[in-house]
Amino acid sequence: MNAVARFFDSDLWWSFTRNPITVISAIVAAICIGGAVLAPWIAPHNPFDLASLQLLDAFKPPAWSPEGDPNYLLGTDDQGRDVLSAIMYGARVSLLVGFLAVVMSVVLGVSAGLAAGYLGGTVDAVLMRIADIKLTFPTILIALLIDGVTRAALPRDVHDQIALYVVIFAIGFSNWPSFARTVRGSTMVERNKEYVQAARVIGLGRGRIMVTHVLPNVLGPVLVIATLQLGFAILAEATLSFLGVGVPPTQPSLGTLIRIGNDFLFSGEWWITIFPGIALIVLVLSVNLLGDWLRDALNPKLR
Amino acid sequence: MRRLGLAAAAALLALGIGAADARTVRWSASGDPNTMDPHSQNLGTVTMVLQQIYDPLIHRNADLTLRPGLALSWTQVEPNRWRFVLRQGVKFHEGEDFTADDVVFSITRALQPTSNYGIFVDSVDRAEKVDDFTVDVITKRPDPILPNKFASVYIMSKSWSERHNATRPQNTRQREEMHTVRATNGTGAFRLASREPDVRTVLRRNDAWFGWNEPGQTPGNVTEIVYRPIGSDATRIAALLSGEVDFVLDPPLQDLTRLRNAGNIRVLEGPEVRTIFLAMDVNRDELLYSDVRGRNPLKDLRVRQALYHAIDIQAIHRTTMRGQSIVTGTFFPPQVNGYTEAEDVRLPYDPARARALLAEAGFPNGFGVTLDCPNNRYINDEQICQAIAAMWTRVGVRTSVKAQPLGPFFAQIQRDDTSIYLLGWGVPTLDALYSFQSLLATRNGAQGDGIWNYGRYSNPRMDALVERMKTQSGEARMEAIREALRIYREDVPHIPLHHQMIPWAMRNNITIPHAANNQPYFRWMVVN
Repeated sequence: MNAVARFFDSDLWWSFTRNPITVISAIVAAICIGGAVLAPWIAPHNPFDLASLQLLDAFKPPAWSPEGDPNYLLGTDDQGRDVLSAIMYGARVSLLVGFLAVVMSVVLGVSAGLAAGYLGGTVDAVLMRIADIKLTFPTILIALLIDGVTRAALPRDVHDQIALYVVIFAIGFSNWPSFARTVRGSTMVERNKEYVQAARVIGLGRGRIMVTHVLPNVLGPVLVIATLQLGFAILAEATLSFLGVGVPPTQPSLGTLIRIGNDFLFSGEWWITIFPGIALIVLVLSVNLLGDWLRDALNPKLR
Repeated sequence: MRRLGLAAAAALLALGIGAADARTVRWSASGDPNTMDPHSQNLGTVTMVLQQIYDPLIHRNADLTLRPGLALSWTQVEPNRWRFVLRQGVKFHEGEDFTADDVVFSITRALQPTSNYGIFVDSVDRAEKVDDFTVDVITKRPDPILPNKFASVYIMSKSWSERHNATRPQNTRQREEMHTVRATNGTGAFRLASREPDVRTVLRRNDAWFGWNEPGQTPGNVTEIVYRPIGSDATRIAALLSGEVDFVLDPPLQDLTRLRNAGNIRVLEGPEVRTIFLAMDVNRDELLYSDVRGRNPLKDLRVRQALYHAIDIQAIHRTTMRGQSIVTGTFFPPQVNGYTEAEDVRLPYDPARARALLAEAGFPNGFGVTLDCPNNRYINDEQICQAIAAMWTRVGVRTSVKAQPLGPFFAQIQRDDTSIYLLGWGVPTLDALYSFQSLLATRNGAQGDGIWNYGRYSNPRMDALVERMKTQSGEARMEAIREALRIYREDVPHIPLHHQMIPWAMRNNITIPHAANNQPYFRWMVVN
């Protein structure tokens, strides 16, 4: 039986097909992510191609309203950019930041958790106190702090170039303790099991045991948290960009679009900010619902 | 019991009167002054706070005509000598007596190399104390418009400045720190009570101000002014609508309709004596921010004309400015002496011609360039730049916009560290010389010449005409101005865009005279 067939025969797939909300959110997430990833090929316009912008097309309402233009399904912004295309390109940046930030949290958190749980003693105490201290600060504050420090320390031009990575680092760094704590707990359970003791008896090194024996057995919960944290990281990025400290303006994310559109909310041009807002909600909600389902499906106690 | 009640009633009454007398006005604009030094930054954002605190020798009425300030009278006693008779009994906020020494000191300070106010004292050779309350200003040449210029020169206390090592203006280009950057000591209607840059600036009424009982303008009744810069347009307007601020100097254009319909908000509108334009580096042999190596395309007249032809100014007027601008082909508005309608003609919007001119100049595929732009100084400044970047890119000049707050923006362009920049130029003296001299004269070290000419445009014919404007009068001077305007059109040192319209928005219970220099005169604000 090959891997694909085995997957479709698994409990996971069975619980997936049994839950309509999960199926719907999976489809929605797939559309969002697909639209974002494929934006350069499927977006109706390229909002970064200045030569294609027509100022006279600015402030066009969505296509279905009386003054709408079928060319611009969700209307245009103050410079004549197509809102739908801007959302697709913006979601790309949001997803990229979210995904890389989660990868960074996973790498940091899992290594710290594994080391703390398996080695115990001083290592455990030090690492977990650091995690505790980290947890006493609101996440967004840490991200703001990191962004502010790099902004002050680096020349403006350099900062503009690495701004995207600073945001990824800021969000990734502020999220690692949740991974570390979970992994530490599972590791402490695993390290006293027979297979680990057996590995120790045959003289394997601690590093090898941690990576090849313990790690695969503690990754289940990590997958669940990572999915949930993806939604959180996207939201954190949007918040930072809305505050004007996130991604550089040359790479607008959904948060940047919401901030720019916010200036036109009072004057009746609601579509510039509402549609990116809806896109953000839909994206985060579908990812979170998938995460919830994954948590339930992987939890043996709920089966 | 009865007596107690009476006492309580009296106390309440006293409290009530106290509350009625304390009239605080909270106001907002998008940018914060980048210094409190009175001679360091000749910027509207700075003077909108400083003119409440410092008095010049000569004040302006709201219609911009002159009225006595710290000087009671001024006469040109000799062609090269102006005599100012000073007001007696005036005290600075920290208690120093105001005398002729302070005037001589302040004029000398404005003449220092780090001053950004040289344009207002350009003709001054020196100031001399005649007696404690008379000062003579000796000019290098006869200067008939000196009083107009002195309406912008603030008077500081000599002893206070010496005590705080502030005898020369702060060097903003170097981001220098000194006492005058954060502290003030003027004679004006309001004193600085507290200041947190970019957060909040509080001014309190100076009851001892000489102007409260002067005839001419209805004196205001404001006792406290709280200024809070709010960068986001939506937040600033939300603050006004919710009653968190009472007065907004620069309401965003897209919200004017809503404000007018709000019921409790009044919008005052009028043209400003300020023109928005783009200036270009026409001096360097290679641009700092361009992908062209070994030559400067902007030195070629055809390229400048191409950039001009590529701008669809009507689209900017209708869409970006929502009709709230006066499109122009010159660089100062009709209120300014010397304005000539015949020279107010734009190069037409013609992208095909722009492409042809670029090809002719050797750039058939265009080139790349960075457009420097403030994002909280002029009305919709960043949006204008973005729109222009798109228009230029369409004819092949790939433009990236670098928009930043006014502090870093002005520090950057004042180091000539730019290739193309957007600037808005107001004319406080209401005379064309001010614009020609600051923006187009060759920067040669002389006071005021070319001090805002960061593209370093230089044309000997223009310089000769500026010299004629400085010395001649009557029809000969007008002829020099007209000739200079013709050269401006031929040389295209700038690409003019429009004159600004300045709506002010305030709560209904506030009255303040609208001034075309975009300066809110709080001393004449009445809060009911």
